[in-house]
Amino acid sequence: MKQVIYTVVSHERIARDVYKMVLAGDTSAITASGQFINLKLDGFYLRRPISVCDYDADTVTLIYKVVGGGTEQMKDMKSGDKVDALTGLGNGFNTAKSGEKPLLIGGGVGVPPMFNLCKRLLAEGKKPTVILGFNSVADVFYEAEFAALGVDVTVTTADGSYGVRGFVTDVMKDLSYTYFYTCGPEPMFRAIDKVAVTSGQYSFEERMGCGFGACMGCSCKTLTGYKRICKEGPVMEREEIVWER
Amino acid sequence: MGALSVNLCGIELDNPIIPASGTFGYGYEFAELYDINVLGTFSFKGTTRQPRFGNPTPRIAECTAGMINAVGLQNPGVDKVISEELPKLAKFFDKKVMANVGGFSIEEYAETCRMLDACEQVGWLEVNISCPNVHGGGMSFGTDPNGAAEVVKAVKAVTTKPVIVKLSPNVTDIVSIAKACEAAGADSISLINTLLGMRISLKTKKPIIANTMGGFSGDAIFPVALRMVYQVAGAVKIPVVGMGGVSSAEDVIEMMLAGATAVEVGAANLVNPYVCKEIIEQLPAVMDKYGVKTLGEIIGGAH
Repeated sequence: MKQVIYTVVSHERIARDVYKMVLAGDTSAITASGQFINLKLDGFYLRRPISVCDYDADTVTLIYKVVGGGTEQMKDMKSGDKVDALTGLGNGFNTAKSGEKPLLIGGGVGVPPMFNLCKRLLAEGKKPTVILGFNSVADVFYEAEFAALGVDVTVTTADGSYGVRGFVTDVMKDLSYTYFYTCGPEPMFRAIDKVAVTSGQYSFEERMGCGFGACMGCSCKTLTGYKRICKEGPVMEREEIVWER
Repeated sequence: MGALSVNLCGIELDNPIIPASGTFGYGYEFAELYDINVLGTFSFKGTTRQPRFGNPTPRIAECTAGMINAVGLQNPGVDKVISEELPKLAKFFDKKVMANVGGFSIEEYAETCRMLDACEQVGWLEVNISCPNVHGGGMSFGTDPNGAAEVVKAVKAVTTKPVIVKLSPNVTDIVSIAKACEAAGADSISLINTLLGMRISLKTKKPIIANTMGGFSGDAIFPVALRMVYQVAGAVKIPVVGMGGVSSAEDVIEMMLAGATAVEVGAANLVNPYVCKEIIEQLPAVMDKYGVKTLGEIIGGAH
């Protein structure tokens, strides 16, 4: 963990209520795909945890959805604005277990962390396949960005207005894969858990106090003990998850 | 004695700044960020006889200038605290730590305190009779002078370490409870624990916190905490540890003027993990600005 004052270098709307913000500053504390950063916003007491979509030596890309007062204010941040962040939070995905052909499944604003993960798996010489699930055509983002990495991408929409009509699981059940990684809403997780044929990792969300393990606000029970979503998570392995929470 | 040092129940603190229980874990999340030996001490996560998971989530809700938590005393239990957490802490913290103890019966408080009494690293026992987030214990002892006194007597009987009783603000008359604790032998009073509060989601039309209610803390509660510290400090002879909404060096001086010998900093640690270090660094300049030569001389100065 590190505290960094970032500078906004670009900020744009990329889908319905969904924004992409690129920040410039020290990214050395970010060590794994699927970690998050916690932003301090003027006028709000608690920080806002946002997953890292992508990062390099001096920039970090965040994609977030406007869901409440904090993100509503965030969307008005402009290039040149400064923002106080705690970076490199959470465990992130473990790519060592992926096998040759991992499957990446992103649902809605669970799509962003899949992007850096996909790049990392490719760099490790693996052949990831990607499924992106959305409600409707207005919500779709990052299909072209994933395609540009040279991976197979399938987009589903629940209302059939774009790509395959239905849910990510409708596509997943016909694919062969060695492992899976997913981030998205919990109903999607439960559906995936019913059809998945391999081990995998899920990235969870919870209301957090601090985001760095001090307050015990986001604890959950797992088969390997109590874990803090912000510290030992947000990524959990399929075998340890207790679904009846 | 330095300009910042204070004496809390016979133990000298380099400065009066103490991260409050439940906002600082057992220290190591913060030790990754800075040398926590700069602190006066810290009060570790509320510890009970048995391990506890605590309440279901969501446990956190945001408020204007504050937050609500309903963690429910999640902790690994005193056995593990003694066998694992304290040895780990010894590697990066050289000072005496304040052991915060929770419980559900008088016997449990006494047993946990008896076990911690044997630990060299523990300087003080802060007995939490004021947790708003657990049923059948915790706050119920802290809302009644007789119950509070019973806990204090039972704990004093098993320890030679100073016993600090942490009081709840969710009472009609906090002074009568503080006096009952003093009469029962408490060495110090700390206050305030969180104020019982709640939030309702406009989207779901239901309480945000799974446990419905929780403890309200953060900047917003400072004036209420200050008032109660002032009242209690004016009514007891034992030292008072002030807390509630403290987030700056100015707040610390204000708390001490109200009568606090030492000052705990809680929720602010969760938002700015460096806040205690920054307060300690800023204290000399703020003292200078207001003509304060030593912190010891201003304790209770507003009375």
